[in-house]
Order: sequence, then structure tokens, then C-alpha cells
Amino acid sequence: MLRISLTLLPLIFFIAFFAYPLFKILIYSFASSEDIAIYPFAEILTDPYYLGRIWFTVWQAFLSMILALLAGLPIAYIFSKYEFTGKSFLQALTTVPFVMPTIVVAMGFITLFGNDGILNTGLSKFLNLNEPLIKINNSLTMILIAHTFYNYSIIVRIVSSIWTNIDPELERAGSILGANKFQVFTKITLPMLLPAIISSALLAFTFSFSSFGVILVLAGPKFATIEVSIYQLAVKLMDLPSASTLCIIQIIFTYSFMILYSNLQNRYSNWINIRPSKNTYKPKKNKRDKIFIILGVIYILILISPLIALIARTLSFEIGNTQSHVSELFSNQKGSYFYLNPIATIINSFKFALGTLFISIILGTISSYLVANRTNRAKNHLIDALLMLPLGVSSIALGLGYILAWNTPPFDLRGSWIIIIIAHSLIAYPFVMRSVLPAIQQINPNLREVATLLGSSTKKVFYKIDLPLITPSLIVGSTFAFAISIGEFGASLLLVKPEFTTMPVAIYRFLGLPGDENLKNALVMSSILMCTVIIGFICIEKLRYKNIGTF
Amino acid sequence: MQNLFLNSPKNTGKFLKISVIKCLLSFLMILSISACETNEIETENEQMQTTTQGYAEHIFNSIDVEPRELKILTHDSFDISEKIIKEFETAYNAKITIFKAGSSGSALSRAILEKSNPSADILHGIDNTFLTKAINENIFIEHKSPWLKNVDPRFLIDDSYHVTPISYGYVIINYDRQHLADLGLNPPDSLKQLTEPDWKGKLVIQNPATSSPGLAFLLVTIAEFGDSSTSEYSYTDYWEDLKSNDVLIKDGWSDSYYTDFSLYGGDRPLVVSYATSPAAEVYFSEGKYAEPPTENLFIDGASFLQIEGAGILKGSQNQELAKLFINFMLQRTFQEDIPTRMFVYPVNKFAEEPEFFRFAEVPTLPAKISPQAIEKSRETWIKTWTDILLR
Repeated sequence: MLRISLTLLPLIFFIAFFAYPLFKILIYSFASSEDIAIYPFAEILTDPYYLGRIWFTVWQAFLSMILALLAGLPIAYIFSKYEFTGKSFLQALTTVPFVMPTIVVAMGFITLFGNDGILNTGLSKFLNLNEPLIKINNSLTMILIAHTFYNYSIIVRIVSSIWTNIDPELERAGSILGANKFQVFTKITLPMLLPAIISSALLAFTFSFSSFGVILVLAGPKFATIEVSIYQLAVKLMDLPSASTLCIIQIIFTYSFMILYSNLQNRYSNWINIRPSKNTYKPKKNKRDKIFIILGVIYILILISPLIALIARTLSFEIGNTQSHVSELFSNQKGSYFYLNPIATIINSFKFALGTLFISIILGTISSYLVANRTNRAKNHLIDALLMLPLGVSSIALGLGYILAWNTPPFDLRGSWIIIIIAHSLIAYPFVMRSVLPAIQQINPNLREVATLLGSSTKKVFYKIDLPLITPSLIVGSTFAFAISIGEFGASLLLVKPEFTTMPVAIYRFLGLPGDENLKNALVMSSILMCTVIIGFICIEKLRYKNIGTF
Repeated sequence: MQNLFLNSPKNTGKFLKISVIKCLLSFLMILSISACETNEIETENEQMQTTTQGYAEHIFNSIDVEPRELKILTHDSFDISEKIIKEFETAYNAKITIFKAGSSGSALSRAILEKSNPSADILHGIDNTFLTKAINENIFIEHKSPWLKNVDPRFLIDDSYHVTPISYGYVIINYDRQHLADLGLNPPDSLKQLTEPDWKGKLVIQNPATSSPGLAFLLVTIAEFGDSSTSEYSYTDYWEDLKSNDVLIKDGWSDSYYTDFSLYGGDRPLVVSYATSPAAEVYFSEGKYAEPPTENLFIDGASFLQIEGAGILKGSQNQELAKLFINFMLQRTFQEDIPTRMFVYPVNKFAEEPEFFRFAEVPTLPAKISPQAIEKSRETWIKTWTDILLR
């Protein structure tokens, strides 16, 4: 009984808050046009502009995914194999990009890569150049760098959560039997990591696929993706049928890709032995290891550099002024109706994030178990891909759907905080799923069988065997769920009451008006956001399952 | 339990009902009196406004009623002083909630989608580019505010009185004075000049499909150059030339202003912005600027008058209160708060503009396109523009 109701939970959530609103807006769009649905499809699929957009969306997502993998895997190695001071902090730092509003990130990029930016001024002075050397403003290169910047942390966290705990015995056995380092890696380590790599790659791909803000702010509409076109059509041109057609195309693409990935992941998953990280860390005895770590840290800092540039810019406004700025922010100087004390906005952000965390962890874990269930192999990837859909589907279409669904009492959720948490959870729970699924699939079934033989009930098996083993992945999933909620992805077009104002909204408000003061306020608030989020991440890290220790 | 009902005298029912009816009647009477009151005053000057409010305050405070909720739907750029909202709330025993729903386009899409069941009583943020659409979608009720007498006739965009004008602004190109001086360039004196080699790679604009200043600038070029059926050098030719002259397109105002405008570290000294932006630069410079670092590009016909208004949504349960609020929005206290909040100009003739608005000189000859023409061809124009510039 409990099992059935548990398995139904994610399905109910999915249908009520994803399928139903989406259904409503799609039906409405087609009903509102005079001709039947066929027309927009034909029009759009034969329009070279839209075909170009679709193609661009696909290949830039693919390229971004590869770059994220290339950037992230070395870092995953360092985090998995070495323990050093400041590791928690660095881990938290790598996840910060997720949380920052896109325009703030864009400003960081410009500060770093712009024609008058730090790199160019530095290089010009050093090499005595007249013109800036790096001219990647508003180009594809900038987008790819930005996507890598956002996505590499997905790869790092998910892969390292598995890698940390892989039993080194197999690798050592391989070495003893004569394999060289490369063979050990490709024949032993890699297969064990493949599910996690594929899982995180899927996330990186989907994220870049449905990317909206980053591309626009950094490169302009030349590089619009399907998501951007949907926004333009639905909101500005109010051409709902075309927007919905694109949305359906987006769904078909996303679903197909996800089935592909899910299939791959299933194929390569096999159970592995887990050891506590204490035993898997490499001893830092020789100089080579130490240099390796230092290089790794530098590499990470390079990847974080736009954020560092941003902080540098904030601090560059005379230090004295910065202090008075901060105190100014904390009082409603101008007397605006919409003013909310920064502490209150942070608290709002955190409240929503905690709600999202709660819901997405439960839903994500249950969904993972649904999918990892091996007795129903054939249907598994279909369900897996289905449950992952919310991540790849236009959040604007969903936002419009929420206007049409759940708008009559007693379920009038418009303007309430409930719908905000639901919208965040929809995007967050796929992240939890992708983090936890590889971990579940790789639990040695012997462990469960032995426990049952020795008399444990299913519940006990879960609490004593599964939970400790998947805790590292759960923590990673939680971190992302938290980050997504704070960064407010997927909550477009929702009504916000002034008392629910969150940090990103406050930052955007400042950037809606010209002037130094507004820019400074936005930057100071972004820095406050960064710091509080890092603290939040470190706290999540510290949550370990009761008496298991450093697993 | 049943005994309670058995013992209650039958008369109490009737008695209660009569007193409720009396209450309602007196309430309605007072409402109509105060409405009449405002009508009589419309011919006198502004100072009577405070008397009306004081009167209303007195009346409403003497009735012990629950505050009525008034919900306003608006866009992200809206801002107003808390004390002004409180003034209305106390005067009319109301509780106001203001929802922000994204850009002005998003707010309108929302209102249209939820026509049959609106989530608010008033929608604020309809501008003349979307006016005809809003009216055609039939989402508003008619309200001819008596305070429209104080509004300059050229701002009366809706003669069916569904949308009441509240503020106006001008979309115009801003240029970075220092940057142009460094380059040894004088600001251009015609739109056509922007296609010349001197100005290659110097302009950043916004996408008309997603940004209201972007759309305004497109309309300016259409008004200036016309389309291929009416002139030799049409707006399509102009945009082709601009494209070859390396014009940068960004999606929104914030992106273009804070990442590409030379004032903030970008490399473009010309940006499509608002006539109040130079003044705002001074206002927000914390004393650093005595004069604006940027200037408006005053070329005849190269600016766009944006008039923004509000309307009462059909299906609102609080129409009377909504009407009072719209009237309130046209009165001096509200109007005089607008410049420092939203950096647009108040429509009320008698509203005084703040001191630093001396830097926000108003363009004398903005482009002329009617809301009806915009509604008719907006989609075609945007599509044509997208074809030229983004393909």
C-alpha cells in the first residue's frame, strides 16, 4: 500500500503540475486559431528560419555538453581522489554560477573578456598592443564559454560523487595483472563511471538546449534558440499557435534525446563496490601529487574567473563608498512600495529554496527508484525520459499554462507562494533524479539480499543499506535543487507579490534603470547573493547521514 | 442544539435583514454623494483634491467595514512610493496589492489569457503600441475619469475611454559624450548618417520582437523612411544599410545599456534608450555628475512618444474602487511621484517635474504613427525586420 502510494506521488505531481497546465495551453492555442493545428506545423517546419533555430539549438547544446565534459572531468578527478583544505569551499564555489542571474554573469564576462576588460587591458600592457587581442564579444565563442561556465559544475559534482566512493581494489587488481595506467582507466575506471558521466552529460545538454537568458544577454538574438523564439512568439507577438507548435517540436526533440541517453545509461550501469572516501583518497606523499592539486585549484579558479572579476569590480568602487552602499541598501531610502530589505529578500529566496529542496528530493528519489527498477527494463527509459521532460520544456509555455490551469477557487494558485515552489521543483527534481539514479543502479544487489536474508524489512533495507550508499549523490542533487531554486529558473510569467521578492528579482530591478548607483547596488547585492549561497552549499555538504562517517 | 433555534424570536430575522438593508442603502448613498462631489469639483483647480480625500476619509472611517482588496497587475518597471499607496488605502479603506508580471507584453498576454477570470482589478502598463490589441481583445470596461480634464489632449490615446493615460516617455538614442569626443566625432544630425562609415559599429539597439524601446526605434525608422510602396529608400533599405554598418542587437534594454554601452565598459557609444536616461545618470550618480555624461540625440522624427495607461479589467469584483484608484492615479500626488520612480513624464498638466528633469528635455518632433496602424502591421514589420537582420 505504501509502495503504491509512493510510486504514484511523482506521477500525480507530474500530471497535475506539468502535463495538465501544458495540455491546457496547447489546447487553448490551437482552439484560438481559425485553422486546425496542421497549419502552424507545416508553416514552421518549412520555414528555414525556424529550422535554422532548431538546428542551432541542437548543435550548440551538443557542443556545450562536450566542452563541459572536457572541462569538468579533470576537476572531478581532483575532487574525487584528493582531500585538501578548502575543498568544501571550492566545491561550493564551483556550483555558484548556477545561481547568478544571467545579466550579472554577463557583466562578469564583459569585465573579464570585454574589449576594455581585465584580460585585454592586461595583455595590451604586457605585449604593448594598440588594439584588444581578445575580441569575442557577442560571438558564438562567448556563448560556448558561458555554457561551459554554467555546466561544468554539473559534470564535476555528479561524477565525483560516484568516483569518490569507487573501490580502488579493481583498479589495483588491474595494475597487478599488468595493465598500464591508460588501460586501467579505460577498461576499469571509465566503465564504472560511465552511468554518472552520461547522466550528467544529459543534464548539461538539456540545460544548454533550453537555455534562454545566458545566450541572449551575452550574444544577442542572432543566436536565438527555440526557447527564445517561443518567448517572442507567445509574449511579444502573441502568436500562440506558432509558439505552441515550437513547444511541441521542443518536447519531441527533448523526449527523443532523453530516451537515447537513458538507454545508454541503462546499458552501461552495473553494480560496483563502494568504499568510504577515506580509503579511496590518494595519499599526498610525493611532490607530483601536490603540484597536481595546485594546478587543479588554479584551473578551477580560471573557470570561476568571471565571478572573481565581478567581485573585483564591486570592490573597485572606493572601499569607503561600498560600506555606505551596503548600509543604504538596508534602509528604504527612496521609500518605494516595492522595497524589501536585502535580508528579507535572502530569506525569501531561502524559504523557496528549502521548500523546493524538500519536494524535489522526495520526488527525485522516488522517481529514480521507479526507473531503476530492473524488472520492467523495456519501459524504463520511456518513463525516465518522461519524468525528465519538465527540464527540457519551455518554461514560458508552462508559465502560460499556469495562468489557465489552477485559476479557480478552491485551487486558485495564482500569486501564491505554492506555485512558485512547484515551478522550481519541476526543474529541480530532474536534477535530483540524474544525480541519484546512477548511484542506485550501481548498488551491489548482494548487499540488499544479505540484509533481507538476515531479517531486515524492505524499509530497513532502504534506511540501512541504500540511503547511506546514495547519500553523496543525494547531497549533490540537493545542492543543485537549492541552486536552481535560488537562481529561479523556470519561474517565468508567474505573478509575484511584493512581499515574496527574492534576490535575483531585486537585482534585476536595479538593472532596469540607468545610473551608477543602480549598477553598484546590483553588484553589491550579487556579491551578497554569492556569499550566502556559498554558505548554503557548504551547510548542505556538511549534512551527512548519521553514523556513516565520510562516505 | 435545536432548542436554540426554537427559542429565537421569529422577529430577529426580519429585524436583522432590515438593518442590513439600511446599512447598504446608506453606503450606496454615500458612495453616490462622494462621486457627485468629485464631478462638481472637476472644473475647479487641483487643491480641491485634498478636500475630497479628507471628506472621503472621514466618511469611510466612520463606517466599520473590512478593507476592500484592490489588485493591480503591472509590469516589472513599475514603481511608486509606499506612502502614496498608503494614502489611498487609508482614504478609501482599501488594501492594495500590486503584482508584477514581467514585461508590459507579458502582463498584457496574461490579462488576455485570463479574460474570463482575471487575477486583478486593474491592468497598468498598456502603451500605444499595444493599445489597439488590448481594446480589440475586449478586456476592459469603460471609465471616463473626471480628472482627464487635467491631461493634455495629445495624450488622450483612447477615445473609447477603456484605457486611461497615466504617464508618457520618449524612446530616443543616447550618446556617450566623452567617448564621441575622444573619437573626434560630432553626434550625427540625421538617422541616415548612422549608415555612414564614420558610424560603423557604434550603435546598439534592442530586438523589436522582445523589447519595447526596440520596437519603438523600429517604428521611428518606419515613420521616417516609409515602406517600399511609398518611397524609394524604404525602411528595409535603411536596415540593410545598418546591418552592413555593424549594428549590434541585444534582447533588452538592460543588456544593451549595461553590457554594450560605452558608458559601462562596452564598445558602443550610441544606444537606444529613453529621454530621461541622461537625467537619471545624474540622479543616480551620488553627486559624481553635475551634468549628464550622456545626451539625447535630438533629431526631428527620431524619437518615439510612448504613452502608458491603465484600464479596469472586465470581471473585476471591485469596479467602483478600481475607478477611484484610476482617478487617484491622475491626481497630482501620484503623478508627481512618477518621474523619480519610473523616469517617465506625468500626463497631468499641473504636476510639477523634479529639479533634475531639466536634463530630460523633451524632443519636439517625435515620430508619428497611430496605434491603429501599429496594430495592423506590427507583426509584418517585426517579421520583415527579423528577416533582414537575424537571418
